[in-house]
Amino acid sequence: MATDLTNPQTPAGSHTTGKVRPHQTQNEALLFEKSSPGKRAYKLPPLDVPAVDLASLLGAARRDQAAELPELSEIEIVRHFTRLSTWNYAIDLGMYPLGSCTMKYNPRVNELVARIEGLAEAHPYRPESLAQGILEVIDLLQRCLLDITGMDAITLQPAAGAHGEFTGILLVRAWHESQGNSRRKVLIPDSAHGTNPATAAICGYAVENLRSNSDGGIDLEALARQVDSETAALMLTNPSTIGVFESQIHKIAEILHAKGALLYMDGANMNALVGKARPGDFGVDVMHLNLHKTFSTPHGGGGPGSGPVACKAFLEPFLPIPVLVKDENGAKHWNYGRPQSVGRVRAFYGNTGMFIRALAYILANGPDGLRQTTEDAVLNANYIRHKLEDLYDLPYKTASMHEVVFSDKRQAAKGVKTGDIAKRLIDYGFHPYTVSFPQIVHGALMIEPTESESLEELDLFIEAMRSIAREVEETPEVVKSAPHSTRVSRLDEVQAARKPILRWRPGQ
Amino acid sequence: MRYLPKSPAERERMLAAIGARSIDELFAVIPAECRLDRDLDVPRQQAESEIIDYFRAAADKNATGYASFLGAGAYRHYRPVIIDSLVQRGEFLTSYTPYQAEITQGTLQAIFEFQTMIAELTGMDVANASMYDGSTGAAEAVMMAVRVTGRRKAVVATTVHPEYREVLATYATHQRLPTTLAGYDAKTGRVDLAALEASVTKETAAVLVQSPNFFGVIEDIPAIAAIAHAQGALLIVSIAEAVSLGVVRPPVEADIVSMEAQSFGVALSYGGPFCGVMACKEQYIRQMPGRLVGQTTDGTGYRGFVLTLATREQHIRREKATSNICTNQALVALMTTIFLAVYGKEGIRELAEHNLAKADYTANRLSTQPGAKLLFTGAPRFHEFVLQTAEPPVLWSQRLLDEKIVGGIELSRWYPELGHATLWCATEVITREQIDTAAMVLAAGLVEA
Amino acid sequence: MAMAYPANYRYTREHEWIVVEGKIGTIGITDYAQSSLGDIVYVDAPKVGDPVTANATFGSVESVKAVSDLYSPVTGTVTAVNEELKTTPDKINEAPHDAWIIKVELADPAQLDALLDAAAYEKFVSEETQG
Repeated sequence: MATDLTNPQTPAGSHTTGKVRPHQTQNEALLFEKSSPGKRAYKLPPLDVPAVDLASLLGAARRDQAAELPELSEIEIVRHFTRLSTWNYAIDLGMYPLGSCTMKYNPRVNELVARIEGLAEAHPYRPESLAQGILEVIDLLQRCLLDITGMDAITLQPAAGAHGEFTGILLVRAWHESQGNSRRKVLIPDSAHGTNPATAAICGYAVENLRSNSDGGIDLEALARQVDSETAALMLTNPSTIGVFESQIHKIAEILHAKGALLYMDGANMNALVGKARPGDFGVDVMHLNLHKTFSTPHGGGGPGSGPVACKAFLEPFLPIPVLVKDENGAKHWNYGRPQSVGRVRAFYGNTGMFIRALAYILANGPDGLRQTTEDAVLNANYIRHKLEDLYDLPYKTASMHEVVFSDKRQAAKGVKTGDIAKRLIDYGFHPYTVSFPQIVHGALMIEPTESESLEELDLFIEAMRSIAREVEETPEVVKSAPHSTRVSRLDEVQAARKPILRWRPGQ
Repeated sequence: MRYLPKSPAERERMLAAIGARSIDELFAVIPAECRLDRDLDVPRQQAESEIIDYFRAAADKNATGYASFLGAGAYRHYRPVIIDSLVQRGEFLTSYTPYQAEITQGTLQAIFEFQTMIAELTGMDVANASMYDGSTGAAEAVMMAVRVTGRRKAVVATTVHPEYREVLATYATHQRLPTTLAGYDAKTGRVDLAALEASVTKETAAVLVQSPNFFGVIEDIPAIAAIAHAQGALLIVSIAEAVSLGVVRPPVEADIVSMEAQSFGVALSYGGPFCGVMACKEQYIRQMPGRLVGQTTDGTGYRGFVLTLATREQHIRREKATSNICTNQALVALMTTIFLAVYGKEGIRELAEHNLAKADYTANRLSTQPGAKLLFTGAPRFHEFVLQTAEPPVLWSQRLLDEKIVGGIELSRWYPELGHATLWCATEVITREQIDTAAMVLAAGLVEA
Repeated sequence: MAMAYPANYRYTREHEWIVVEGKIGTIGITDYAQSSLGDIVYVDAPKVGDPVTANATFGSVESVKAVSDLYSPVTGTVTAVNEELKTTPDKINEAPHDAWIIKVELADPAQLDALLDAAAYEKFVSEETQG
């Protein structure tokens, strides 16, 4: 690499306020700091009805002090956000191997079709007769997702994965209640994503931890011991958060079902299974999907997501209202008359804009493309594992699916931790992997390349990781103080948390 | 497959490098009886042009070109062009939650600007980085009040959006959180203060109201706050129409504000994705759900932004977290930030004024038709109103549809006591001509009837 | 560079200390606890008058990315809360054995007998570090 990555940039001149940077694009202030009274980026058409007197219409409810929003012209706003955008790393720039988050390519046709006027401008309460097109889209997506998961019924209402978990566990609860006992606890493996225990808790369940076995999977004996007549469900991520398929999944389901408990599957890693195996075929009773992971809807800096929940037929009566039904003429309607429903989990019908994108992705792939996508994702993860396992500790030797989890054991001996290696990857032009998760691996490096990486990009990533491993041996300080190439260096998170500044104020 | 960047030969080379004979070897860990040995039953692989054709056809079936008086929690406002051009920059669109602050300063600074704007508009001290939507946000706000007060009951106004109340009911049932409803005054459409006072007790964690409420009526927030605070309960104000804040006094007496910000430049998109946001008084931030961005400095003293106060969240606190929320609505929050930058301090007021004027004109025109009557005239409104007609809505709404106009939404499914009542909304995008046509069609039927 | 554990204090296996004068016990967290947590950014303490129970949580301390529950060494009633920690939680990092969190009026002084003395706690910590 030509540039000296060890030499951090210095502020331009000693008079700097800490806000001045050498280049315009690096020097973008907050909107509020750029504002000056009288600038405009909008123009309303002339009012074609009589103007109203605010004081007489609103009285005491009138706002007497305007909110201090910035006043700017259009070009300034365009430049502002364009400049900010250049401070972000993104899939469009390069590999983003954030394990469990599935940062795959987000096709642009998805964006185009979601913005077609007749879909984008549809009001949720428009008469169903004027909404048949969007209802058909929803219906087709539902049918595709049902075949992909092997389940019997589905709701698209949940707004994100964690919201889907909430919905799924409510179905579990409602079913148990219909059997006469809602039961008391939910089992959750120690390798689970934090949303699982948080979800069980907000559904009113006690969380019971299930320790992983030496392979990082479910310990069948422990499971058999812990499942009892008060167990409502096991929340299982499969493949697990260490990227391993639970090969004993049938037995897990049998143990649960024998005691009347259900198997919930967190579908965060469904991208390792699409077209190859279906949860409905291996004993799962209810699961959620993350459309923003498996089905390529954009992550957009943290959302929006969409978390459909699919279930077996016996859970169907409990799905949130409304559900989509077809009449004898093929016309589609929302059905609200479902007495056993768990109720609503969100206003309207869900993140429809995400449904459109996910369906566009499924159509672009077809059955062969979806299968090839899964195969490539698994191939890429195994390739990385093979090329790095001589330098990084692999705590679990079980076969990897779509992601591989190393530990920093060997590097930590030199005082370099997973977080340091992650920051150093930035200097090599990659987004870091997921750091310190899952918690069952001490100092975890969780790498998920996805299918979207070419062999060339994978080799560059591997070279970077190997080079960092060498640096850990030779110049650990370079790694520990990384990144060296970014607009800002490591930020003071302690100061941010001790004295939170959560908004701009004049003179701040 | 056009999204997959590998040639067949490269796949073979990679398999050879791993030491696998075939791709199926990598899936051998899945027991044979669990493997799918057929093609998925999904449509065949489509060309890009076919995909566009499919969705265009769906959009056409949806019918376009209708003027609409629908509101009720989803509002049609003009969306400035630069919103879509900026949010489609790959650096925003294809980035993730800003865990690695050094390479996500763009997202982080934009969220910090969003938090500031929302706090300014709502009159609260701080706002979070967004919630799923207004309905789940209101439910999360009630659970937050339970944590703050250590009490386990809530009083909810019946003038809160019925679907928001349904969502709250779903959450509350399993939290063992009893909720009591407080009705509305038949003349004003506002929360019945006497009924409210009677239902708020020392065990009430929160009073939840919406303003402007579901009928479009602006609630008397100072009076409601006094009732809630007298018993030590928190006041949560839900705002479904964010544009109202351009002219309506912000609910500064509230402890928590839960807002749906869809009106700020977010497409209706048949109900989502929208943009919930929660704002509150400073002393309650530690109990607030969702992500928060804070300002700090780097090693050289440069200003920068980070996700902060993360110990509230599920990835650290697991079952003791303030909420299970993980993904939020970041890209939609960015749309609203750009919208608010475009309109700015003066524009948001002017825009709100136009909405008020259109709605006032519409209410006057419709309610002066024979057989039509405006309800809840005793209190100020924003841009929605309730119209009662002698004729059942199903009759005149079909006549309106024939004129390519979608009239107000029927209220009977939620408020049967109001008879033939409909909720109408007029935003800045509706024209005088459309309003006049609607009035004429309505009158025509009423005369014939 | 481990700090000495004061001989007149008693310790829990959850890394709280208590020092008793008369009926009042003063409670904080140990040097080992603060150094494993790192920079402390927030202390969540109960209110004066709140009851606390031996071996039950009474609050938490937070670093940027971790939360650690606080376990009460004894049963009693909170008589004072160290307000200074609200704005300067870093005092715990600087002087863990001086920066107290709460003071408690003891319900049963005999509960102190179940706690570790300095030598036993030091041994416990060294075992935990090696394990």
